[in-house]
Amino acid sequence: MIGTLLRISRTNLRRDRVAQMMVFVLPIAFFSVFAMVFGRPDSGTGRMPHISVAIVDQEHSAESRDLIAELKRDSNLTVQDSIAIEPGASSPGDGGAAPRRALTREDAVAMVHDGRVPAAIVLPSGWKPGIGMAGAQRGARAEVLADPSDPIASGAVAGVLQEAAARPLMRALARAHGADSTDEQLGLPAPTVIHDVAGPRHRDDRPHSIAYLAAGFGVMFLLFSCSGGGGVLLDEQDTGTLERVLNTNVGMTQLLAGKWIHLTLLGCLQITVMFTWGALAFGLDLLHHLPGFAIMTLFSAAAAAGFGLVLATLCRTRQQLMGIANLLILPMSALGGSMFPRTLMPPVVQKIGLLTFNAWAVDGYTKVFWRESPLTSLIPQLAVLAALTIVFLTIARLLARRWEAI
Amino acid sequence: MSESMNAGAPVLAVRGAHKTFGKLKALEDATLELFEGERLALLGPNGAGKTTLLRSVTGRVRLDRGAIELFGHEEPPEARRRAIGVVPQEIAIYPLLTARENLEAFARLHGVSAGDLAGRVEWALRWTGLADRAKSLVRDFSGGMKRRLNIACGMLHRPRIVLLDEPTVGVDPQSRERIYEMLEEFRAGGATLLLTTHHLEEAEGRCDRIAILDHGRLIASGTLLELIEQTVGAARDVVLTLERPAAGGLDGFQVSADGRKLTSRVRDVGAELPALIARAQDAACAIEDVEVRRHGLHEVFLHLTGRELRE
Repeated sequence: MIGTLLRISRTNLRRDRVAQMMVFVLPIAFFSVFAMVFGRPDSGTGRMPHISVAIVDQEHSAESRDLIAELKRDSNLTVQDSIAIEPGASSPGDGGAAPRRALTREDAVAMVHDGRVPAAIVLPSGWKPGIGMAGAQRGARAEVLADPSDPIASGAVAGVLQEAAARPLMRALARAHGADSTDEQLGLPAPTVIHDVAGPRHRDDRPHSIAYLAAGFGVMFLLFSCSGGGGVLLDEQDTGTLERVLNTNVGMTQLLAGKWIHLTLLGCLQITVMFTWGALAFGLDLLHHLPGFAIMTLFSAAAAAGFGLVLATLCRTRQQLMGIANLLILPMSALGGSMFPRTLMPPVVQKIGLLTFNAWAVDGYTKVFWRESPLTSLIPQLAVLAALTIVFLTIARLLARRWEAI
Repeated sequence: MSESMNAGAPVLAVRGAHKTFGKLKALEDATLELFEGERLALLGPNGAGKTTLLRSVTGRVRLDRGAIELFGHEEPPEARRRAIGVVPQEIAIYPLLTARENLEAFARLHGVSAGDLAGRVEWALRWTGLADRAKSLVRDFSGGMKRRLNIACGMLHRPRIVLLDEPTVGVDPQSRERIYEMLEEFRAGGATLLLTTHHLEEAEGRCDRIAILDHGRLIASGTLLELIEQTVGAARDVVLTLERPAAGGLDGFQVSADGRKLTSRVRDVGAELPALIARAQDAACAIEDVEVRRHGLHEVFLHLTGRELRE
């Protein structure tokens, strides 16, 4: 009896491709994404994400140059300590290569502010890489300029900086004092201080990550709700209501348009509720970002609604829809930055993430809430979301032909 | 309605309809005519092509070949849908809407004008007997109430032709009676009804004509009497039930296995029945009961299709 039941279950699973994907492929995909972010197999450390970091050397000492060299050798970091000189500016000479100049603190602040790097290191004048013996005077503290939207990156950079600063010193002191020297004898490098870099309204201590969380999770659940909402088409197919509606004066294009508008408005409401809750409960500054929020929400909801209709028109049953929705939305959300910042991912994974709806939507919200960029800076995100909407709606319309006259 | 009443041109005609789904021939030279004001029952075993035929009339199925004429003209599907009301077999209404909200929604979808909408909804609520439940959610309705609302939602745009797919399936006899009263009232307003049903007694008693479809083809149509004449004939079966089993065989009778029922076929009951009774009594049979059975649609259907209606 039990054998018969097992055989039925096994046969069902063998014939259900979606269930197979859910059971086998999705967990592996998730594991792989997280492994790439938090445990790069090539790093050897198994704990450090890859981070791009800008470095400003205001000390110009042998120690500071050693430290930068040390950081450049770290395979977990992509270090940038110079910038191309703009046309017309004076060239310091760069050995015949494209003219470049060393980064200034202002450059680094701008790079972090604009999201080009998640963190920057400033070695101020008077900085020393830690003083040998206990009791010795410590130099000026190194500074990490942090993007508050990416606290993991700034924390990791601070840790790497400490380690890199200590390494040459420890080697030198070990040679002088022998291999049995202790940290107390060697002393620790001068501690770093982490400064958030954000727009003028973010200079207080409010939790900036709330906006990121609201955007990331909001966008992910927008996809879930739109795919669920699109599934109403399948419910109507099962109850006969869809057939009945198509027997009236309503055409398929009108029907889909009605559903799309409904899902778009529903999505706008969902995101608005989430951000409003963030404002009320966690101090998210929604009021000062209303125009950017409104336009990003409208475009994101429109694209997500189109995505929901694609799934609904693609699937034959509600059960299949839920399976495929999970299969697509969870990896999209992981790769697209809904679960953790894309800046933590290796560059190639970041590029793959750009193929997802989430990445563009989350990037847009990031520009609005953290970078306080002008609305015109949202044009790339809005253009992509609009293009996705058109593509999704076109696909949904084509797939919906199965419900038209056969 | 007899054939003689069908003198005019049909309001709806399907001619030479062919439709194939893969290897399945759903319709094969199917024809159908519906005349103004009549109630036509479309019968056929499961898979005979009834639903495909109805869907082709509303343009939801594209025929491979054939023509569909509405009021004597071939019209595009959109025009046919505007003129025809469709009542599906499923309860295809929104359970989380009230009765009034459902009626308003389907009235709008059917193109009822804003000025006419309130009046049509009120009419439908009265017509279905649901005026006092207008504000109740449909999910809380009984099966019969849902079925009545389901019918009304297809008739809000005053269609001259209504296609009803199993309009009384799953409802109790009282609700069925109420539904046929509604349909009769609607027909009295000038509508023509085409319905499918698995209840043969409904087709016999509630419809003017009967069309039988099998294997995608119309195999018979006409009034019940015409169909009987064309198939099993108008003869009756006379069954004599005896108080005791007959002692042996009797000429002109079929004897049942227990010997208590004698059956004979007669064409003229008045002329032949006394002679049958006399013959049985002469054979020392004590007659307990006499039953005269007329052949009905069931026998016609079996004769034509070789199958029960639900097979």
